Amino acid sequence: MSLAVRLHHAFGPFRLDVAFSAPHGITALFGRSGTGKTTIINAIAGLLRPASGRISLGDTLLFDSERRHFLPPHRRGIGTVFQEGRLFPHLSVRKNLVYAGRFLAHPPPPDDIDRVVDLLGIGHLMQRQPAALSGGEKQRVAIGRALLSQPRLLLMDEPLASLDEARKSEILPFLQRLRDEVAIPIVYVTHSVSEVARLATTIIALSDGRVARAGPAAEVLADPDLFPLMGRQEAGAIIPGRVVGHHDDGLTEVAVSGGRLLMPRITAAPGTELRLRIRARDITLSLTPLTGISALNCLPVTIRKVGASDGPIVDIAIRCGQDDLLVRLTRRSVGHLQLTPGTACFAILKAISFSQRDIGLVPGPP
Amino acid sequence: MDWLTAQEWAALTLSLKVSLAATLLSLPLGILVALALARGRFPGKVVLNGLVHLPLILPPVATGYILLLTFGRKGPVGRFLEETFGIVLAFRWTGAALAAAVMAFPLMVRAIRLSIEAVDPRIEEAASTLGASRVAVFLTITLPLMLPGILAGSILAFAKAMGEFGATITFVSAIPGETETLPSAIYSLLQVPGGDAAALRLVMISVAVSVLALVASEVMAARTAHRIRGQ
Repeated sequence: MSLAVRLHHAFGPFRLDVAFSAPHGITALFGRSGTGKTTIINAIAGLLRPASGRISLGDTLLFDSERRHFLPPHRRGIGTVFQEGRLFPHLSVRKNLVYAGRFLAHPPPPDDIDRVVDLLGIGHLMQRQPAALSGGEKQRVAIGRALLSQPRLLLMDEPLASLDEARKSEILPFLQRLRDEVAIPIVYVTHSVSEVARLATTIIALSDGRVARAGPAAEVLADPDLFPLMGRQEAGAIIPGRVVGHHDDGLTEVAVSGGRLLMPRITAAPGTELRLRIRARDITLSLTPLTGISALNCLPVTIRKVGASDGPIVDIAIRCGQDDLLVRLTRRSVGHLQLTPGTACFAILKAISFSQRDIGLVPGPP
Repeated sequence: MDWLTAQEWAALTLSLKVSLAATLLSLPLGILVALALARGRFPGKVVLNGLVHLPLILPPVATGYILLLTFGRKGPVGRFLEETFGIVLAFRWTGAALAAAVMAFPLMVRAIRLSIEAVDPRIEEAASTLGASRVAVFLTITLPLMLPGILAGSILAFAKAMGEFGATITFVSAIPGETETLPSAIYSLLQVPGGDAAALRLVMISVAVSVLALVASEVMAARTAHRIRGQ
């Protein structure tokens, strides 16, 4: 089942004009705040009627301005997880979870409820009132509530934005399991590059109310043109890897197409497929292989493209084995090393530049 | 009860009956009007708002006289009610209930309206994405969340109805056993020599009923809030 969206809407001077489709897996609507992400989510959920356009989910037409068709939200079968959870304050966690059941022809059997409760780790919260939950617990209950409405599509509007880093890392593994265990498409709104890198299978990059770029996650993230969207600090590519083993000194060895990388221990068994995000600012380039340096990772790479830049900083695309990486260097360094497309050199990476939050587990076959 | 005369006792039970009827019968309309004022967008909303609040501003005697003109046996609505349903309001306890309901209505609507405005529409949106139709959203989300306001509004209206005097005495007079409510009884006792002691007893009963109503409202509000807020 695939979601197809084409819509046009205007709020005062702001114009939203987008068209995209979301296949299976997690489709990330990615962009800075104020680019219309939430408007798109509300239009898909039926909470907002766009000025014009057409939205369909599989064979079901949700909205078509030409045919004056608008399916009200309660008949769309779309689960939505909002940024602020929006749990029902007067109902216990259990009653929140089963709320949608009374509107379904076939409410989820107890086994299904148990499975969702286990997946999200909220079994011990069932008798509590929402006010007695932490932010992370609330979001997990909100996800469970949406899942138990037996949705054909799950919308998640910045579900982690109101949480601190600790709570985020508490929920991200659940979202990864969700992506891999729940066979429905998920549209995930975020402005966080690390969430995109860990979760997304498809990325729709939005800028000023338009789709700036759309495609498979690895491809979109490796595009230097999207640097301004991601922000200078966060820009980087994601590449696939596989856990080779764990060393006694606490490091994990990961094979990538261009060689081996060492990083602080990650909790994944040998053989696990990973996706690694490597930030452009974490890579150092050297013309010769370096010895006598603390950085543990040194991979042979080739310069693919040197970006145009008027400022002191230049973005460079490099090839590492089969994968594309991004590097940010000063213009002075580029001139000094005389880097041009085709130059062979070495990418130096500190092991500690990797952190668990930049590493995602690869989804199983859909 | 020998500490109250039969007349005083009748006034107390009548007041309770009148106030209870006024509160319960006007509650559904109060909720509807509060909903319309809080959520509705329609022409004439300002007029409706003014109309609801009119009894709060008008002299109660004027309100009573308007009721008499409208609902009296010769008034347009009064005649219609008598001819069609055989209901007579003027100079009956039902008329006292109507007068009390009209006078208490603004207070009831204000309290309920505040509670509706405190319900987050985004919570209702969330319910609609979970399959709840508009009616289901109202019954399962909005109404339960409004409950503290409905309770507060009802108790406020009940207390106001217990104390209503001006409109009642103008519309239905003060017939002992039929329309002589507690305030009317206090007033007439003060008009006769030696009635002070009896009047004082009734005043103390009024105070007790009011305090009880306030305490009950506080306890119920606290309970509802506790249920919603959790531990």
